[in-house]
Amino acid sequence: MNLLIGALTIGLILALLSLGVFISFRIFDFPDITADGSSALGAAVAAALLVKGVNPALATSAGFAAGFVAGAATGTLATKFKINGLLAGILVMTALYSVNLHIMGRSNLPLLGHTTLATYAERVGVRVLGGERNLSVWGWEVAASDASMLAAAFLAILLVSLVICAFFQTNLGTAMRATGDNDQMIRALGVNDSSMIILGLALSNGLIALAGAFLAQYQGFADVQMGIGMVVWGLASVIIGEALVGSRRLGLTITGAVMGSVLFRLLVAIALRLGLNPNDLKLITAAFVFAALVFPAAIEKLRVRKARFSHA
Amino acid sequence: MLEIHGVRKVFNPGSANEVRALQGVDLKVARGSFTVVIGTNGSGKSTLLNAVAGTFDLDSGTIAVGGTDVTRWPEHRRAKLIGRVFQNPFSGTAPNLSIAENLALASRRGRPRRLGWSLGRRATAALEERVRSLNMGLEDRLGNPIGTLSGGQRQALTLLMATWLKPDLLLLDEHTAALDPKSADQVIALTDEIVERDRLTSLMVTHSMQQAAHLGDRLIMMHRGRIIQDFRGAEKTRLRAGDLLARFEEVRRAEQLDETAAEMLRGAYI
Repeated sequence: MNLLIGALTIGLILALLSLGVFISFRIFDFPDITADGSSALGAAVAAALLVKGVNPALATSAGFAAGFVAGAATGTLATKFKINGLLAGILVMTALYSVNLHIMGRSNLPLLGHTTLATYAERVGVRVLGGERNLSVWGWEVAASDASMLAAAFLAILLVSLVICAFFQTNLGTAMRATGDNDQMIRALGVNDSSMIILGLALSNGLIALAGAFLAQYQGFADVQMGIGMVVWGLASVIIGEALVGSRRLGLTITGAVMGSVLFRLLVAIALRLGLNPNDLKLITAAFVFAALVFPAAIEKLRVRKARFSHA
Repeated sequence: MLEIHGVRKVFNPGSANEVRALQGVDLKVARGSFTVVIGTNGSGKSTLLNAVAGTFDLDSGTIAVGGTDVTRWPEHRRAKLIGRVFQNPFSGTAPNLSIAENLALASRRGRPRRLGWSLGRRATAALEERVRSLNMGLEDRLGNPIGTLSGGQRQALTLLMATWLKPDLLLLDEHTAALDPKSADQVIALTDEIVERDRLTSLMVTHSMQQAAHLGDRLIMMHRGRIIQDFRGAEKTRLRAGDLLARFEEVRRAEQLDETAAEMLRGAYI
């Protein structure tokens, strides 16, 4: 049961990552791989500030802001300097590795003994449960701290998702969605599409950095390597989400991205429990995304060929 | 209203693909004039419209709209003054956004985009009203993605979007060329109606000699990046499609183009 709760919590935290990837890859159709750097950046900034005793909410917000700036940098390289989007992301991601090391002062920064959002969540949880250390869910023993962290992650994701969903229905948000859909049209309607892309990537990487900041506080440390493979992870979640909701309606696709992240984390937890070598995790994730990208087209091709065959 | 002076543009200069698209174009279009632009493929008529819209930087020359020099303005800034309908019906709308969202975007052309709701109750009511006036039965489908509509429907909506806020200048770039004849007629009728009603200053590129003869109060003919004919007033009114075709043939003969050369010219079409 604790394994399940842990997987759910991480899945919810990483839902912020999948929301970020959803914005760059799906809304803007921009292959932004800054995420690998910006998730670690969010963790690094938050951890460095927490170690200095800064208020956890403030430290987490600073993590978001740092990711926002990183995304804006990628967007600026791609639009103002006309650098290929993929390369712009690679440049910023590579630069962020050094930046993250500078921010943390070393490659791994433990948060043990420092007050974090996780400490807050536990405190609130203990108070709500009247001091109980454990509680029983359908007969299973669950640590109160774990349950409260899951609840906190759930509330945070719910709040962020609602804000994002509302944002994309404002004049600014609609203009951003239209930029990804048809940039020629949006320029003809007086919108600076470069600004939209910069702002969109900033928002995307802000959310991804926020995921990093939350994750660092949940697992109790920030690590310069923790961003590796995040883009693919986020993409896998988005693809699963799309398969789950199968709709292009904004609210549903956002819900799908969140659900996809949680489901994917659960599947991974189960696979690890069944004896999957953790070293193979990223390979399998990449293979999964490859399959998800290739199979629908291949199946369609097969269907068309079959239909033609039966007509002949 | 529109003043084009000494505009030149060469694409891919110095390369094998060099195209002298505009070679010194001067044109003044009066307020309220509906000017039709015709020319062979590669004559520079679409390039002229794009130059006015600001999709590329000029090599030399100036462009002013409504007395304001916009030569150095980026495309999105010029959109404050200019409404546009493209040749491709898919170019003017965002396919995955709903009809209502597309129209709402157009209702703020050239205005700042902030955090107000894009589809407030009042805005939606106004959208419905305008769409109903099109008589296309789309007012009940405002929530559907615009990409599910036919080319003709999308082009009619693009026209509505381009003129939602009265533009100083309306640019129509062969906006019926990709449509079936029936849809093309409907979109042309709608164009005529809107331009007439709002007394819009318009510049329309067309391949159709019928449209060129029947629409507008002025007609200019382009060839090899230059304006070679300018019919106005009574002269324009008297023009028939046959006259225009004869004039084209004349130009072609004057240039001594055989079919191969004509084909090459078409290949250079931008």
